[in-house]
Amino acid sequence: MILEGWGRYPRLVSEVFDCRTPADAAEAVARRHGVIARGNGRSYGDAALGDVATLICRGIGRMKRFDPETRLLTVEAGVMLSDILDAFIPRGYFPPVVPGTKFVTVGGMIASDVHGKNHHRDGGFGAHVASFKLILQDGEVLNCSRNENADLFFATIGGMGLTGVITEASFHMKPIETGWIHQETVVAEDLREALAALQAADESSYSVAWIDCLARGASLGRSLIFVGEHAKREQVVAHKAERETFPSPKKPRLSLPMDLPAWALNRTSVSAFNAAYFRAGVRKAGAPSLVHWNPYFFPLDGIHQWNRLYGRSGFLQHQCVVPDTNALPVLSEILERFAGSGKGSFLAVLKKLGPGTGLLSFPMPGYTLALDLPVTEDVFPLLEEIDKVIVDAGGRLYLAKDARQSRQTFEASYPQLAAFRDIRRATGGDARFASRLATRLGI
Amino acid sequence: MNRTGKSVLLLGATSDIGRATALTYATAGWDVQLAGRHLESVQREADDIGTRSGANVSVHRLDILDSDRFSDFVMGLPVLPDTVVCVIGELGEQDRAEKELHHASLVMRTNFEGPALFLGLIADLFAARGHGTIVGVSSVAGDRGRASNYVYGAAKAGFTAFLSGLRNRLTKAGARVVTVKPGFVRTRMTAGMKLPGLLTAEPKEVAGAIFAAAEEKRSRDVIYVRSIWWPLMTVIRSIPEPLFKRLKL
Repeated sequence: MILEGWGRYPRLVSEVFDCRTPADAAEAVARRHGVIARGNGRSYGDAALGDVATLICRGIGRMKRFDPETRLLTVEAGVMLSDILDAFIPRGYFPPVVPGTKFVTVGGMIASDVHGKNHHRDGGFGAHVASFKLILQDGEVLNCSRNENADLFFATIGGMGLTGVITEASFHMKPIETGWIHQETVVAEDLREALAALQAADESSYSVAWIDCLARGASLGRSLIFVGEHAKREQVVAHKAERETFPSPKKPRLSLPMDLPAWALNRTSVSAFNAAYFRAGVRKAGAPSLVHWNPYFFPLDGIHQWNRLYGRSGFLQHQCVVPDTNALPVLSEILERFAGSGKGSFLAVLKKLGPGTGLLSFPMPGYTLALDLPVTEDVFPLLEEIDKVIVDAGGRLYLAKDARQSRQTFEASYPQLAAFRDIRRATGGDARFASRLATRLGI
Repeated sequence: MNRTGKSVLLLGATSDIGRATALTYATAGWDVQLAGRHLESVQREADDIGTRSGANVSVHRLDILDSDRFSDFVMGLPVLPDTVVCVIGELGEQDRAEKELHHASLVMRTNFEGPALFLGLIADLFAARGHGTIVGVSSVAGDRGRASNYVYGAAKAGFTAFLSGLRNRLTKAGARVVTVKPGFVRTRMTAGMKLPGLLTAEPKEVAGAIFAAAEEKRSRDVIYVRSIWWPLMTVIRSIPEPLFKRLKL
């Protein structure tokens, strides 16, 4: 079967095993060398493409128990974040960390140690995981937590599925009074102001910046910073008395039924969109507003199959993090190169991160920049140059987004790689579990 | 979450339609009794439904082919439920059913004999109590026998006729019977088949239709989940037999 990630590049052939229970997965693991678990296929590149075989794990998707006292939720790893939100927001609970899409599985969230708009304060999803069950290469199932098999626990968080197959996980939900977000928008006219605004929002629960990556010169890095808190009940009553306390998500209204032609997105159209979006943000800035949880956390989920926006040949998402020190000059140089090439997109995001949890977790204290680029021949050498700037600055690239970084870039930027490889070797995972990502990067 | 104090018994709870139906009732505030052959699998679904909805969910072992145990099973339920939904179905393999009597018998007994006997027992209790709703999931395959699946179709036709008779009998007693014909549904039972999109429902859609017919629109007796099946099956039923027997459907 031909499989692809969310970026639709690369497309590769893999055997697939449909797993409906944890026992199915254990059996499938034993059948092939070179297997990888796949959740909902929302990693962008080749992380969920098995080198030989791919385990389709959505069927391992039952919730197991929830304790309102401790707020500990236990679910099978194929459970979707969207299902958790549907079930628990009406009861006043929210996941500790959510990434930019709700169409991911819990297993995938652990394997990628996903971060959200609260990473600067609360860490990644892995930081909130109490324990999980992991199928090893021989089919044995291990409980992993900070006290039990701790080395595998920290290797598996952010470990891209390469230590085994996660079948079940427990994590703590947090209480919320409403399903609304109290949002303030801050305008930053350039990169320096943007970084300062994110720094100033350090105490806020959520912060993220949309950045105009085609603006140049004095406007380089101009951004809109969205700062948010879960709204209190009285804030909702004061603002929108007629509104429900816990609004339910609406079905996506928009859908991209077909691929856009390659010429639809070009420097002129994207620049125009970005400029208009920035001006609209400037008009709205200042006055706080109440935003529904769904568009606040998952704006792109509102457009079904938005990955078709970039046409048939697919797209790359380039997401890097650079350390705090020197963030301004380094990010300036990266933005200069993107803006100069005219290849940036309108979906560029800047965000402050804290430390990561797992051995291969992406986050480090610093700033992350993510943008989408259509796959074209000349984009690869551009990204290769930009990667050098990132690695020299002590930064790195997010494996869940990656489809193309070089082995040298990867090895130079993940300092705990040796420890990760040792654990894989010690548990026999290196011979059994392999994605195309792992083969490409020699993980 | 508002609990209604009502309860529903689901037969065939580990099927995709059963699972979706149980969750629909649980989310609407009903207590749920799940019955199935393998207690471990039923427990997995019960945990899922209970965690998602906060509803009370109990599990009960039931083999639909073991009618000797039906009485004990019903006596063992925490309460006699307000509604019983039977989604048990076994498609079997038509060519095997043509050659192996044992396989044909399994398909007939699972789709007709077992569910009919069980619901007949429930019907007595509902009639005595003076209220209750029985939902039987039958099939469009029972509307007319076709070469491609007539063993399954015949069993479902029997089930449809049984439900019709039960309805005729129970109406005076104050109880209801709803017959549901889902058409094609994207489930494990149909995995790997090529299904026409317009005619194919998702399990969630079937669950919603069951709940609406049984609990909301109380005038519905027989429903197709997607309304397009009604004109389609009307045409198929009305084709004269001399012509029908030559068709490949």
